[in-house]
Amino acid sequence: MSEGYDIDREKLREVGIELDPKKRSATFIQQDQEVRNVATFYEGVEVMSIRDAMKKYDWVKDYFWRILRRDQDEFTKEADSEDVNGYFIRALPNVKVEIPVEACLFLHRARTQKVHNIVIAEEGSELNILTGCTSHPSAVGMHIGVSEFFVKRNAKLSFTMIHSWHNKIEVRPRSAAIVEENATFISNYILLNPVKLVQMYPTSYVYRNSRAIFNSVIVALEGSVVDSGSRAVLKEPGATAEIISRTISKGGKITARGQIIGESEGVKGHLECKGLILSENGDITAIPELIARKPNLELSHEAAIGKIAEEEIFYLMSRGMSRDEAVSAIVRGFMEIEIKGLPEVLKRTIDKAIEDMKDAL
Amino acid sequence: MLRVVNLSVEVNGKRILKNVNLYIKKGETLALFGPNGSGKSTLLNAIIGNPAYKIVGGRIVFKKVDITNLPTDERVKLGMAMSFQNPPKISGVKLIDVLRYCAKLSGNQEKIYELAEKMKMKEHLERSVNLGFSGGEVKRSEILQLMLMNPDFVMLDEPDSGVDLENISLVGKAISELLEREMEDRKKAGIIITHQGHILDYVSADHGAILYNGKIACIGDPRDILDQIRKNGYEGCLTKCLKDMI
Repeated sequence: MSEGYDIDREKLREVGIELDPKKRSATFIQQDQEVRNVATFYEGVEVMSIRDAMKKYDWVKDYFWRILRRDQDEFTKEADSEDVNGYFIRALPNVKVEIPVEACLFLHRARTQKVHNIVIAEEGSELNILTGCTSHPSAVGMHIGVSEFFVKRNAKLSFTMIHSWHNKIEVRPRSAAIVEENATFISNYILLNPVKLVQMYPTSYVYRNSRAIFNSVIVALEGSVVDSGSRAVLKEPGATAEIISRTISKGGKITARGQIIGESEGVKGHLECKGLILSENGDITAIPELIARKPNLELSHEAAIGKIAEEEIFYLMSRGMSRDEAVSAIVRGFMEIEIKGLPEVLKRTIDKAIEDMKDAL
Repeated sequence: MLRVVNLSVEVNGKRILKNVNLYIKKGETLALFGPNGSGKSTLLNAIIGNPAYKIVGGRIVFKKVDITNLPTDERVKLGMAMSFQNPPKISGVKLIDVLRYCAKLSGNQEKIYELAEKMKMKEHLERSVNLGFSGGEVKRSEILQLMLMNPDFVMLDEPDSGVDLENISLVGKAISELLEREMEDRKKAGIIITHQGHILDYVSADHGAILYNGKIACIGDPRDILDQIRKNGYEGCLTKCLKDMI
């Protein structure tokens, strides 16, 4: 089935792309600026290229640049071009699909892959999306991915992004989400392989009684620079946000950011950044920020960076593990985040990605 | 089974144990008493090979092998194990994962669930080891791990502290079985550190010793020593011990 791609199935699987109608409700694959495969296996879920969506629906243009600004920075400006492509994924009102939609963005020959994605979970719908972004080993260039998420009233969207690039790729995602009343937005980000640079700061605007959850697991290997964080703006009473990151530096440089802004009374947010340095050359900066603009709200954070505690290694060795086994169990445990509300199938994909990585640590 | 010869140990550059000598035969259990900070935990940690406890003099011989410089996992494979007073909480490492390693040492894999049930830890199997466990749960989890390891030489650091009355007999019986106390022809041996001595109501010991100021100061019948400590405190007990010697 992967004929026609310059990408092997193994690499796709690594970022959660199965190409199996039994395991996915839809598939979307884009190589450089061309869409290679679009298929939907589930009624009520629409998946197409953003170009086709613009042709099909007059209103799609109203969603374009609605949350993000075209002139936010040089990368959004560059993405705002004629030849932009990307995916349009939409769950129709009250449609609940547990089986995830898979989308792959693959960079091969383009100097710059420009993507603009629109994701809409209509009122009362439930949608799970797995996005795998990867590159050909020979690729040299940049990926600019603009994504705008609309989680409408009473809807739930789980979005999991797995990155597996190569060391000559620079990655600049620009994402934002609107989470309407009583809605839930869960965003997971996994980066385990080498990359030249990842820089992003996705933002959620969270309205009345809705919640946003961001989880990231980031491993920066030698030569990788990762500057990544999540931001939640709590706009109305009852809005909650939880931002959790686990970062591991094995020689790479990581800046782990996080920001929760309370713009209304009666909101609640918690931020947790934990980092582990596993190499002499490692470098982690954790920058948690809490901003309160009204009284009667509750924002908290917790940040810690360290190395693996010798006491923990010793304890596991006293139960028969070798030193290497103990270190590996502790690192794996560190990366394991309990993600509330995540469907089992996405959890398995995340676990598998972490499992595959284990040997490299 | 275990011979400790002139052992001196430092923790963070401070000498804690001074020329400690100990000999424990197959089938024997030693109850180790002593005030806080006297070096009881240090002795057990040094025997199991905790790198935070630096051996600066002497040797440890276990089953005729000099283990003084062996890493902990190799000591464990020779057949010793220790339950800790305050084991670390390890986020993301589940109790069941730790138990699987324990069971691997003895080939007891099929007993994991049965023994977890017995020690009332079945609900905790999928939880991070020791994270959010109550004092009693930590002790039951420690003993459960040892039961699956089934070591020949068992070291228990205050297995009764924090255990409520309801569970003390459960823990006590499990330890008694670990040490084969009810058997005529015992092959197991061990050391139990106990502060209050509650555990000795359930586990018999062959000898008692007081560790005082980093030295073995008194050896005798464990119940006598415990009675003396209860009546006259450690100092009083040591004074009597000295008198008896003269």
